[in-house]
Amino acid sequence: MLKTRIIPCLDVADGRVVKGVNFVDLIDAGDPVEAAIAYNEAGADELCFLDIHATHENRGTMYDLATRTAEQCFMPLTIGGGVRTVDDVRNLLLAGADKVSFNSAAVADPDVVARAADRFGSQCIVVAIDAKTVAPGKWEIFTHGGRRETGIDAVEFARIVVEKGAGEILLTSMDRDGTRAGFNLPLTRAISDAVPVPVIASGGVGTLDHLVEGVTEGHASAVLAASIFHFGEYTIGEAKAHMAAAGIPVRLS
Amino acid sequence: MLTVLIDYAAGNLHSAEKAFQRMAREVDGGEVLVSDRAEDIARADRIVLPGDGAFPACMSELKGQAGLFEALIEAVEVRGRPFLGICVGMQLMARTGFEYETTEGLGWIDGEVVAIAPGDPSLKVPHMGWNDLVIDSPHPVLEGIATGDHAYFVHSYQMQVADPSQLLAHCDYGGLVTAIVGTDTMVGTQFHPEKSQSAGLRLIANWLKWAP
Repeated sequence: MLKTRIIPCLDVADGRVVKGVNFVDLIDAGDPVEAAIAYNEAGADELCFLDIHATHENRGTMYDLATRTAEQCFMPLTIGGGVRTVDDVRNLLLAGADKVSFNSAAVADPDVVARAADRFGSQCIVVAIDAKTVAPGKWEIFTHGGRRETGIDAVEFARIVVEKGAGEILLTSMDRDGTRAGFNLPLTRAISDAVPVPVIASGGVGTLDHLVEGVTEGHASAVLAASIFHFGEYTIGEAKAHMAAAGIPVRLS
Repeated sequence: MLTVLIDYAAGNLHSAEKAFQRMAREVDGGEVLVSDRAEDIARADRIVLPGDGAFPACMSELKGQAGLFEALIEAVEVRGRPFLGICVGMQLMARTGFEYETTEGLGWIDGEVVAIAPGDPSLKVPHMGWNDLVIDSPHPVLEGIATGDHAYFVHSYQMQVADPSQLLAHCDYGGLVTAIVGTDTMVGTQFHPEKSQSAGLRLIANWLKWAP
């Protein structure tokens, strides 16, 4: 049976792990490669690096970090943040990423998803969707760290990028990110039910019950969290045990 | 001892290279080289065909590089060099692939590559993540790997094996999904051993030590 994945996400800026509250306040929380090794050993199912400065400062992404991580962690690694072109995808894959995540660039030009998927396969193309509630049961895409509204319906956009070839959706609720109030479950469920590919729920995890709800109520295939893991509040093992106790299949060995 | 990972422009070889290098150091398995050159394949003692991407595109890349395909056939079919196919590299071992179009495979495993169609419609495709293996047939590369061990899969097509003796392991995803195939000199894994932590590294080490 396929297991529900728990994915610690390392927000990275200037080569260091940070965790922004609503992407504003940054706290330096260590070396990404060291953190990756620790999560590898702790039984995380995948790792995610997001270069949170790349979009606004127009910087390239972190090839060196990908390479150093892939040398030591034999587990799947997704990298996102500032990925704009098929060449960006290629460079990250060659550096050691297993999956690459588009965000703003896919909103500006959804066809870049198709070009990348045609070249490298859907299995390594993730589209990160940052959405905010604009009315009950209605969510829209926001880009540039949640600062720029686009007027694009999030569910419709998810369908479009999956048709273009996205193999997975990384869905972040901008209403919840950094609040520790739990995932936006109606949003998560609307998108999970709308697309045939796996959806990773992100944004707002504060307790282990939130992880459970993301799967049971949000229908997510994987759950992503940062601060509850980064500051030692809960271990990956505790999170998995809690999910298993709730009847969710997880990889315990 | 030289292990060559064939680079045919199909996906990320860095992590596979690092995993094979690491396990080669542990088991005294010699040198690991990533190459797209026919002469390297000709002198290889062991051959790995990794790969991400679509069956027809990968087959065409493999055949598109000068002498590469011929060198692979010579090494594996004629000289019986131990072979490991990973993900699409495993699927290419089949007789026929049905991804997008009908494509002739290497024909080393009596099987066909077809779209995953889980019996439960709520199951997502691609089949992405950790699934537990069920061992079907003993094989030297499976030493120390047991039913219940997890491996990391990411694929939308899978091989249906016609000859049950070539099915070494499977997993369940709304039906049987082939996980490992094998013959007396060849093994293929649908999952990524280089991404499957301890069980994956173990399989790589076993394969590097395997002397069929």
